[in-house]
Amino acid sequence: MFQAKTEFSPVQFSIPHSFGVRGRSHRGARIAKWNENHVSDANPTPDQLSRPASSTWQNNRPFTRIISHVGAFAITVFLTFLGLLAITFFIGRIVPIDPVLAVVGDRASNELYEATRVAMGLDRPLPQQFASYVIDVLHGDFGQSISTKRPVIEDLIRVFPATLEMATIGILIGILIGVPMGVTAAANQGTWLDQTIRTLGLLGYSVPAFWLGLVGLAIFYAHLRWTGGPGRIDIYYDGLIPPVTGLMLVDSLIAGNLQVFRNAVSHLVLPASILGFFSLAYIARMTRSFMLDQLNQEYVTTARVKGVSEFHVIWRHAFKPIRIPLITVIGLSYAGLLEGSVMIETIFSWPGIGNYLTTALLNADMNAVLGATLVIGAVFIIINKISDVLYNILDPRAR
Amino acid sequence: MAALHNWLIDDAPASRFQARMGRSYGVMSRLIRNPLAVIGAIIISLLIITAIFAPWIATQSPLTQDLSGRLQPPSSDHWMGTDELGRDIWSRVVFGSRITLLIVTLVAVIAAPVGLLLGAVSGYFGGWADRILMGITDIFLSMPKLILALAFVAALGPGIENAVIAIAITTWPAYARIARAETLTFRNAEFVSAVQLQGASSARVIVGHILPLCSSSMIIRVTLDMAGIILTAAGLGFLGLGAQPPLPEWGAMISRGRTFILDQWWVATMPGFAIILVSLGFCFLGDGLRDVLDPKSEGK
Repeated sequence: MFQAKTEFSPVQFSIPHSFGVRGRSHRGARIAKWNENHVSDANPTPDQLSRPASSTWQNNRPFTRIISHVGAFAITVFLTFLGLLAITFFIGRIVPIDPVLAVVGDRASNELYEATRVAMGLDRPLPQQFASYVIDVLHGDFGQSISTKRPVIEDLIRVFPATLEMATIGILIGILIGVPMGVTAAANQGTWLDQTIRTLGLLGYSVPAFWLGLVGLAIFYAHLRWTGGPGRIDIYYDGLIPPVTGLMLVDSLIAGNLQVFRNAVSHLVLPASILGFFSLAYIARMTRSFMLDQLNQEYVTTARVKGVSEFHVIWRHAFKPIRIPLITVIGLSYAGLLEGSVMIETIFSWPGIGNYLTTALLNADMNAVLGATLVIGAVFIIINKISDVLYNILDPRAR
Repeated sequence: MAALHNWLIDDAPASRFQARMGRSYGVMSRLIRNPLAVIGAIIISLLIITAIFAPWIATQSPLTQDLSGRLQPPSSDHWMGTDELGRDIWSRVVFGSRITLLIVTLVAVIAAPVGLLLGAVSGYFGGWADRILMGITDIFLSMPKLILALAFVAALGPGIENAVIAIAITTWPAYARIARAETLTFRNAEFVSAVQLQGASSARVIVGHILPLCSSSMIIRVTLDMAGIILTAAGLGFLGLGAQPPLPEWGAMISRGRTFILDQWWVATMPGFAIILVSLGFCFLGDGLRDVLDPKSEGK
C-alpha cells in the first residue's frame, strides 16, 4: 500500500490520468476500463484507494486541474499528429523509387541529378528534411499527384465529401439498427434471438468488406435491379446540379431536383448499408455487453421488484447509463468506417478518398498515397479525441 | 480413467507437473462444454489439416491451366468451378489455406512477442520508460490500421513478406497495451517482491514471472485478432499488394473473379466463403477462450 501511495501522489495523479485518457482511444483498453470500473467495486485496487485523497485535492483547485487537463490533452494531440507525420515521412523515405530520378528521368546527367537533389532538399540531414516536411504539410502542401497532375490537397478536398456522405449514412444505419439489436440481445440473454444477434455480430468481424460489396452488387444491382450501380449517380445526371457542399444528397435538395436526389439515394443505399453492417456488428456487440453489465446490477432488480414494466426497466433504467460509453463506441466506429470505405469505394467506384488512395497506390503515386493517408489518419485521430473528450465531459466518474 | 480424473482435479497437487496438467484439464473441460468454442476449434483444426495435407485434399494442381475448360460452373469434376484460366477453384482454395495460415502465424509470431515484451517492460519499470513506450504505442493505436498497412506495403513493395511486416507493424501496439495493463495488476504483488528480495534481476522477473501471467489474455487477444489479420491480408491481396499471382491467395482470387461476378459468380464468391469460415472459426474460438480463461467477462 505504501508503494501505491507514492505512485499516485496528488501531484503525479493528473499525469497518469491524462495518459489514461489517451489509452482509452483503443477498443480493447476502453472495454477493459469499463470492466475495471465495474469489477473493481468488489475489491478496490491501489488506484481506487488513493483516489479520495487526490479527488479532494482536485476539488480544492478545480481551475488548476482544468488547465493541466487541457494542457496534457493538447500535448497528447500534438504528439499524436507529429507521430502520424513521422510515420508518413518515414514511409516516404523507404520507398524504393528514387524521387530525384522520377523528376529528372533516367538519362539525366550527373550534374543535373545532383542539382535537382540539392534543390529538392534531399542532401540535408533527415531531421531538417522532416522539419520542412512538417512545415509543408501545415501549409497544406502535400506535393503534386503524378496521375492527376494537380496538387494533392486540391484532389483530397474534391473527393472527401463523397466519403463523408457514405460513412455518415453508414453510421446512421449502424446506430439505428445496432443499438436496438444489442439491447434486445442483452434483454433476451441466452435465447436463440441472442445467439442469432451474436453470430450476426461476429459475421461483421469475419466477412471481407470487398467480398460483401461484390456479392451485394451482383445480387441487388445486377439480378434484382433494386439499387443503382457503381458510382455516385447515373452518368446522364452527372453535372446537372451545382456542387455546393459536395454532398450529393444535400446538393440535389438545395437545387430542388428530386429526380437527381432519388437517383443519388439509389446509388448510395447499397454501399452505405454494407458499411453500416460493419458498424452495426460492432455497435450491437458493445451495446449488448454494456447492457448485460447494467442488467446484472441490483438497482435493476429493485426496479423489477417494485413492479416497473420490463420495457421501462430496460429502456429507462438500464439504457440511460450506457449512453455515455456508447458515444465512444459510435465515435470509434465512425472513424473505422472512414477507413473501411477504402475497400467499399474500390468496389463501387465511389469517387471518394478511399478510391483515390487505392488508385494512387496502383500508380505508385506516393505523394497522393501519403496525402490521403495523412488526411484519413488525421480525421481518425480527431474523431477519436473528440469521443474521448465527450466521454470525459459526460461521464460523472471521469470528471 | 477415474484415477486419472481424480489425479487431475486434485486440490493439492503434489508436483508442479500435476498442477499444470490439472489446470489445462480444467480449461479443456470447460472449453469442450462451450459449443461455439468447439465449433471454432473444429474449423481451425480443419484449416490446419487442410494446409498440411493440401496435395492430397486438392483434386488437381492449383496452378495447372486448362484453357478449354475455363469458367466452368461448379460440378462433380470441379466442386467450386474453374477460373478464367481453367484452374480448379477448389484446389486453389485448399492450397490457399497454406498462405493464410502462413500469414497469420507469422504476424502472430512477430507482433505478439514484441507487444508483450514492450508492454511488460513499460508496466514493470513505470516512470519515463512507461511514458515514452506507451506514448509511441498510443500514436500507433490512434491511427487507422488498414490505411497504415496499405501505405507501408505501397512503400515496401507488394508481396507476402511485406504484407506480413506491414500487418505486424499495425498489430503490436494492442498487445503492448494489454501486457502493460496486466503487468500493472501484479507489479506490486507479494510474489514479485519475494522474487526481487531473492535477488532476481529485472529481466528475470519480467521473463520468468510476469510474462507467463500475461500469456492467457494475450492468447485470447491474438485469437480474436486473427480474423482481422486474415481480412487485412485478404484486402491487401485483393488490391494486388499481397501475395502475387499465380499464388492461390484468397483475396487475390476474389479480385480476379471481380470481372466475372455478374455471370460467373463462383469465381469470386467461393474464396470469400473460405475467408468467412476461417475468420468465424477464429472469432468463435477466441470468444470461447475468453469465456473460459477470463471468467469476468463470461457471456459477453
